[in-house]
Order: sequence, then C-alpha cells, then structure tokens
Amino acid sequence: MDALDLARWQFGITTVYHFLFVPLTIGLGVFVAGLQTAWHRTGKEHYLKLTKFFGKLFLINFAMGVVTGIVQEFQFGMNWSEYSIFVGDVFGAPLALEALLAFFLESTFIGLWIFGWDRLPKRVHLATIWIAVIGSNLSAYFILAANAWMKHPVGYEVVDGKARMTDIWAVLTNDTALAQVPHVVAASFIVAGGFVLAICGYHLIKKTEGEWRSAMRGALVMTAIAGAVVAGTGDMSAQLLHTQQPMKLAAAEGLTETVDGAPFTIVPGVEVPKLLSLLAAHDPDATVKGTEDLQREFEAKFGPEDYTPNIPVVFWSFRLMQGFGMATVGLAALGLLLTRRRRQPPPWFNRMLLLALPLPWLAVIFGWLLSEIGRQPWTVMGELLTAASVSPGVTTGQVATSLAIFTVLYGALTIAEAVLLVRHVKRGPDKSAQIEEQREPVLMGY
Amino acid sequence: MIELWFVVIAFLWTGYFVLEGFDFGVGLLAPFVSGDEDEHKQALQTIGPVWDGNEVWLISAVGATFAAFPAWYAGLLSSFYIPLVLVLTGLIVRGVGLEWRGKVANTRWADLGIVVGSALPAFVWGAVFAQVLGYGPVLGGLFSLAASALHGAIFLALKTDGAVRRRARVAALVTGLVAVPLAALALPALGPVAIAALVALMGALVLIWQRREGWAFTATAGAIVLVSVAVFAGLRTAPLPGLTLEEAASGPYTLGVLTWIGLAILPFILLYQGWTYWVFRKRVSLAH
Repeated sequence: MDALDLARWQFGITTVYHFLFVPLTIGLGVFVAGLQTAWHRTGKEHYLKLTKFFGKLFLINFAMGVVTGIVQEFQFGMNWSEYSIFVGDVFGAPLALEALLAFFLESTFIGLWIFGWDRLPKRVHLATIWIAVIGSNLSAYFILAANAWMKHPVGYEVVDGKARMTDIWAVLTNDTALAQVPHVVAASFIVAGGFVLAICGYHLIKKTEGEWRSAMRGALVMTAIAGAVVAGTGDMSAQLLHTQQPMKLAAAEGLTETVDGAPFTIVPGVEVPKLLSLLAAHDPDATVKGTEDLQREFEAKFGPEDYTPNIPVVFWSFRLMQGFGMATVGLAALGLLLTRRRRQPPPWFNRMLLLALPLPWLAVIFGWLLSEIGRQPWTVMGELLTAASVSPGVTTGQVATSLAIFTVLYGALTIAEAVLLVRHVKRGPDKSAQIEEQREPVLMGY
Repeated sequence: MIELWFVVIAFLWTGYFVLEGFDFGVGLLAPFVSGDEDEHKQALQTIGPVWDGNEVWLISAVGATFAAFPAWYAGLLSSFYIPLVLVLTGLIVRGVGLEWRGKVANTRWADLGIVVGSALPAFVWGAVFAQVLGYGPVLGGLFSLAASALHGAIFLALKTDGAVRRRARVAALVTGLVAVPLAALALPALGPVAIAALVALMGALVLIWQRREGWAFTATAGAIVLVSVAVFAGLRTAPLPGLTLEEAASGPYTLGVLTWIGLAILPFILLYQGWTYWVFRKRVSLAH
C-alpha cells in the first residue's frame, strides 16, 4: 500500500467513524429539545425526567461528534493538499460558512444549555437547546452542500488548473445538495429514533419506572415521518444519478450493458422488470447506461483510466442501505399501529425494538459507502481524480503513523462511549428531576 | 480584499489563542490547584460552559484559511503533518475528557486526557508558528505552553474563590517566573510589538502579586494579542516559506462572498459569545 491507499483508508475510517456520532447529535438533539418543549408547555415532571435522561445520552455522544469533526476539517489539507488547492476556492466557502454560521451557534449554546439550567430563565434556557440543534442541522446543510459539489460540481470555472467559484448561490442550491441534505438529515432522525426506540424497548422489558410509552410514541412518529422523507429524497437522488452520475447508478445496479427498460435487481437472480428505468427516469422504457459503455465513453472524453468504481461494494452497499433502512422504518410503522389509541406495546415488540439500535446505523454507513465509493475514481466528478488529489510531500510513513494513532484512539473511545452509554441507559432517569436539586454538573455560583 | 482576509484570519487565530489559551491553561493546572474532587470540579467548571465555543475559533480560522487561501491551508497542514496529528490527538482526548468527566465513575483517564490534551496543542501551536517564521520550534513551543499556563492560572484565580483561588495565584506566580524568561528569549526577535508583549507579561506577574486578578488577566490577554499580531505581521510577506498571500489566495468573487457573509455574522458571534461569559460571570464557588 502506498500513501494514496493509506490516505483513502484513513479518510474512509475517520469519516465513517465521525458519522457514527453525527446522526445521533442531529436527531437526538431535536428529540431532546422536543421533550423539553413538552415539559415547558405541560409542566409535567416526566417530560423533564426524560429530557434529562436523553439529554445526558445526547451529551455523551455530542462530545465525540465534535472532536472527530475537527479531524475531518484538518484532513483535507493534511492528506489531500492537491485536492484542497484545486477546490479551496469553491469547497472552502461552505466549510468556512459552516464554522461561522453553524458551529459557533452549536458549541456556544450547548454550553449555555448544559450549565444554564439554574442560571437562565426557563424560556431562555429552552431557546438555547433549540438554537444549538439548529446549529447542528445547519452544519449538516453546509457540509453536505460541499460534498454534493464533489459529485456534481456547479457554479465554477477552471482557471489556471484551479476551480474558481462563479456563483455561490448555485453551489448552495445545487440540486444534488437539495436532494442529499434532506435525505441525510432525515436518515439521522431515523438513527436517533431507532436509538430511542431500543432504549424504550429495553426499559419496557425491564419494567423500569418511567413514561417509556410516551417517549416511544414520540420516537415512532419521528422515525416514520423521517422514513417517508428518506424514501422521497432517495427517489430524487436516483433520478439525479441517472443524469449526473450514471456510472454510480450503473455500478449500484451491477449493470454492465446499456439497456432500455432496465430491470431492478433486488438480489442477484431476483429482478423486477423495468423498475430501474422507472425509478431512474420515471419512464419504464428509459435507457440506463451500463458500466462498460460508460467506461468507453469516459475514456474517449478523459483519456485512458479505470473509471469504474468497485462494483460489488457499490452494488451491495446500495442494497444493504435500503434493506436496513426500510426494516427500521417498517418497525416504526408497525409500532405506530400497535401503540395506537393508548395501547401498550406487546412484549415481543419491545424485544424487536432492540434491533432498531443497529439497523439504521448500518443503513447510513452503507449509504455513505455507496455515495463515496461510487464516486471513485474521482474526487471532483469529471474534474479531479482521487490519485491526483493526494498530498505529494506526505510520506507513506507519516500517513501510516496517523492512521495507526487515529485507529487505536478511535477504537478505545468507541469502547469507552459504548460502556458509558450502556451504563447511563441501564441506570435510567433520575428518580427526582427537580432543577433545584440537580448538583451535576453545576456547583454553586454566587 | 486579500489584505482584509489575512486580517480576518489573523483575528480568528488571535481569538483562538486568547480564549483557548486560558482554557488550555486551566485544563493543564486543574489537578494541581485542587485539593479534592469538589475543588477539581470547581476549577474545571470555570471553562465548562465556554471551552467548546472557544475551540470553534480554531475551526473557523482553519476553515477561513481553506476558503480564502487554499494553498496556505494545504501547505501548512501537509507540511506540519505529524505536529498536527499531535494537535488533533490532544484536542480529541481533551474534549472527550472534559465532556465525560462528570459522567464516569473513575475520573483518572478523563483527567489524564484533559492535562495531556491541553499541554500538547498549547506546545505544538507555538512550535509550528515559530518554525514557519524560521525560529526555533522548541523555544516557541515552550513559550506558548508557559504563556497558556500563566494565562489559565490567572483566569482560575479570577473565576474561583477559596483554596483554589489561593493556589491558582501561586500557580500564576510560578508559571509566570517560567514564562517571562522564555518570553525574553523568544519574543525580541519578533520585533517591537512582541517586546511590548514581554512587558505586558511582566506586568501581569506584578498585578497577580498585587492580587489584581482582573487587570492581570487583561495583561496576559493583551500579551497574547500582541504576540499574535507580531507573528501575523511576520507571516504577511510569506505565510509559508516560498509562498506569498497573493499566490495562495482564492479569486475575488469568493473573497467578496466571504466578506459579505463573514462581516455580517462576526458581530453576532462576538455578541452571543460575550453574552455567555456574562451569564457565567460570577466566580465558581464551593460555598453556599
């Protein structure tokens, strides 16, 4: 393996790892803010208990999202300096906006929320969590707009071998971004919904005291709505792939030859006729290009090179993303049915809910593998190859060193976070949730 | 426009050095100024609500450099590869340590993470900037580490009461006696502005001796601003050896867009971060 391979592994590992925490921050933050709003509106103490309980889990996770995010921002310059120089003019702008418009809000107001329970008026304190979660969601928008630009570059021209931005509005309203942002954000709500559902299921099995059904209903509604958004925006994305990234679409379907009225392969051997054409172009007879034809097309346009991504990885990532995602949303739909009109969820369903923990996480990880491995061999579609993006001066030894450090560190922190979350989940909400009595983490101020 | 964005980036770095400077110092000194667990919490709570917001100054500085001067960003980060791995490692263990400390049964690992994670970046940033300017990285690193410790000790003295406040004052005097000689070695090469910083540091030492904590903190903050100004004045002609700002800069369109948005948003950031400090303006006390 050379520095390029190691840099790619490092990017993959650190990015997937970062995205274990981010969706929970995005979705659970809104859920906690919702609980606190319910407490504020109704004054019922159980909402405060749930706010504190899920708030603590949220904060354990929040820290990891923040610290692993800094690695991402530095990594472009460290491992991918040629990429950074080529795209900085365009790609740097949403990153800078993310820091100025989103991270400052998120980090400042989360501090106010954590330490402000007894310092701020109730209404102002409620506002701090909402502002923090708005910051988290805004940051998702900016970074996904930057990511969408890599797949479908718009609003730029190439001058002296560098991309120069010509239209910020085009970059921020890239149709690829407008499909991707709600897709990823809604998927994050499913991850958070699944997380809450699994915890509620666990405590209902254990018969822990608490308003678990109430939390469960909230998470079921959140997951089901988010599921509809993910499906709708996934459909939009498929159509955009058809016109903007046909190679990714072909690889995702394992389609080597160009066909009219392309079938959709559920698993190899099981096909639904014409469905792929219907999904990709909303026309059952539409032409879908195959990888081999696209390879020839790309060679004619860009010169000799292997332009086909790793087909088995992309093919299976697509199916696993959909499968795991739909299973979670299906579970949520079933839950809504079982808990309608004040019904208690049956014990077998509570046990099934434990699956809601891993399933959506697997779905989002495979979603990113599909999205980013499917883009290969390009970092910027049609403009810059991954092989030409890497830092020329950085040695294999340096990348190997950082890869080793981050892998070990991330591994240790994952175990620590898991232990910490499990302990706090098992402990359940505090018996009393009066603000006056809370000592942790606030000491006394005078 | 290039000039303006250089100033904005210098401003963001300066904000970072001043703000995270003291929370590095607090992280570093917290175990040494506290006699028991409650005092340890008391010490860390002085930065609890604000450290995360302070760190965003770094993220903004780096993000703004990426957007406004891509070649500077790419060159700086790829040529200081291993030092930056150390910075990132430090920021990770520190951030996690601070957030998790109150939620774990045994705080030993979290405390180790906070101390090491505060010391590493405080040292490495000084070393990196000294190296870029062509000075000795070790001296630069030691100076920034000692200056952060002094700045943090004074902040602790300013924001606590009781035993922690007394010990923080002693810590400030001790770290000050290390920081001032290091400053006398490191700073004169950077020119008259940096010499003014040296004077400010000496002033801080006198002020903390006189128990004028607020003024002492103003003096160390001022010293850090002056050092940062001197550093960026040096970087103006060559942000990296062999690179000029003009070569590194993004196009006028991008700089224009960033200017409008940046200038519109910065006042609000200053306002709400300032408000946070105002909300938590009181000393952290153990007494009821």
